[in-house]
Amino acid sequence: MLDAHLVVDRGAFRLDVPLTVAAGEVVALLGPNGAGKTTALRALAGLTRLAAGHVRLDGRDLSGTPPERRGIGVVFQDYLLFPHLSALDNVAFGPRRQGRSRSAARALAADWLDRVGLAEVAGRRPRALSGGQAQRVALARALAVAPRLLLLDEPLAALDARTRLDTRASLHRHLGGFAGGALLVTHDPLDALVLANRLVIVEDGRVVQEGGAAEVTARPRTDYVARLVGLNLFRGTGSGATVRVGELDFAVADRVTGDAFVAFAPAAVAVHVERPTGSPRNTWAATVEGVQRHGDNLRVQLAGPVAAAADVTPAAAAQLGLTPGRAVWAAVKATETRSYPA
Amino acid sequence: MRRAPLALLLPAALGLAFLVLPLAGLLARTPWSELGPRLAAPGVLTALRLSVQTASTATLVCLVLGVPLAWVLARVPFPGRRFVRALVTVPLVLPPVVGGVALLLALGRNSPVGGWLDDTFGVTLPFTTAGVVLAEAFVAMPFLVIAVEGALRGADARFEEAAATLGAGRWTTFTHVTLPLVAPGVVAGAVLCWARALGEFGATITFAGNFPGRTQTMPLAVYLALETDLPAAIVLSLVLLVVSVVILALLRDRWITGA
Repeated sequence: MLDAHLVVDRGAFRLDVPLTVAAGEVVALLGPNGAGKTTALRALAGLTRLAAGHVRLDGRDLSGTPPERRGIGVVFQDYLLFPHLSALDNVAFGPRRQGRSRSAARALAADWLDRVGLAEVAGRRPRALSGGQAQRVALARALAVAPRLLLLDEPLAALDARTRLDTRASLHRHLGGFAGGALLVTHDPLDALVLANRLVIVEDGRVVQEGGAAEVTARPRTDYVARLVGLNLFRGTGSGATVRVGELDFAVADRVTGDAFVAFAPAAVAVHVERPTGSPRNTWAATVEGVQRHGDNLRVQLAGPVAAAADVTPAAAAQLGLTPGRAVWAAVKATETRSYPA
Repeated sequence: MRRAPLALLLPAALGLAFLVLPLAGLLARTPWSELGPRLAAPGVLTALRLSVQTASTATLVCLVLGVPLAWVLARVPFPGRRFVRALVTVPLVLPPVVGGVALLLALGRNSPVGGWLDDTFGVTLPFTTAGVVLAEAFVAMPFLVIAVEGALRGADARFEEAAATLGAGRWTTFTHVTLPLVAPGVVAGAVLCWARALGEFGATITFAGNFPGRTQTMPLAVYLALETDLPAAIVLSLVLLVVSVVILALLRDRWITGA
């Protein structure tokens, strides 16, 4: 449905991102701050000019079309509800521009507010709405014009944790019922995993990885993605059952040759004071760099031939005397690793 | 709390006295007992009516031309924009008499534009009520343009982008989103503009002359009365003072502190 190739120049920064969204699909554009996600969204909406590339929606080329004639709805990060209009008139604004009479537009708006569960605040001005309510009014306003494509820019970023949970659930419900395509821009992996069918990960203006949630979380391809999904990730050269990463040969479960990634969870890393012997393990000498609380456990950052994170219980940490600077041995079973071509 | 130094307090007190004393003098010399009859004198009412009419018309002209000008200056990037912005403020610093002379040279009957207006439409601007409106609009427009442009630049232009994504064209966005957002700025600008037009003297007397009932506005009447009838001049001044204070109070309460 949407077939776009977005190229935008911003001084030294260049965004170059191909994007497709199918009808009924929710695609998350995930990436760190400054990766160009919002620029991509603005380019799709027609608010930022393309330097090259194209935007095609249902086969129609929109590259030269102004935003008001694109049929692309946007939910902005800070919602941008018109402060001089009531919630109802904010939602009625779009239908009114589509040529509906004032009363028909208001009836449609009232219906949308009802659908997002806000019928009782229809008369309020935006400044009298809570963050979660404003988010839902913004969603209703964008959907009321029945766009073919809906763009959401960090839709939950401005909310506190509790509201975010509720609003994420309601957003999930509304996106599920939306017939058009949706593109969600976010830096929060949880939003992306809960709301989207497919993830497109952007770093520094480029797509670095793309795929379903399961694929991306199991096989991260950049440090950023690995951090998002909480895995240790190394890049090396595979030669069958081992992958050489720097000075270290990792015995791996999945055979791989050539340029390859090795990934394993911090919980799979065991930390010892003496060099462990026995079972087929990858071991290396490391130094404790730092220790942080991580859920019920402690996450230990290890320096050495490879920089890795290990999760240990507080009891084990006390027993091992894991203070920064301590020399230890790290071990990972081959069966706990995943390896795949780079 | 630290004491303010005398070196600052003394000039501050003097400055305040300097601003307030003349006004107190005006009030002190006002012939309160004959205020009613003097206000009802035919010349006063005529001048007042003419002043209010011309100042209001001039403000309308400024709104119609000045708001779009402010929008262009705030929203449309073009080469030389800074220069045009400076040009708009020239009447602000130009001595009004010079403005009047300039208007006379540009629109007088012997000028190309004035001659053409006269020949084609039979319209003469100098020394007419329309001329008063033009002179007032000329000096007052910068107040409006500056106030509205400031409001526009302060308003978040992303609301206009949001309107565009909802299907609003540029004109609809301007009338339905931009104008309501900057309405306080427009009102403040219009009030300032009106006050400036009401007090206009130099450009008016130069371009439009001083004909009672036609071009003699309140400030001109005050000046004329000063030579023949001092109490009348005081009463007329008092009326202008009251109008100014009312405007100030309105601006303070509604738009300056509220915005």
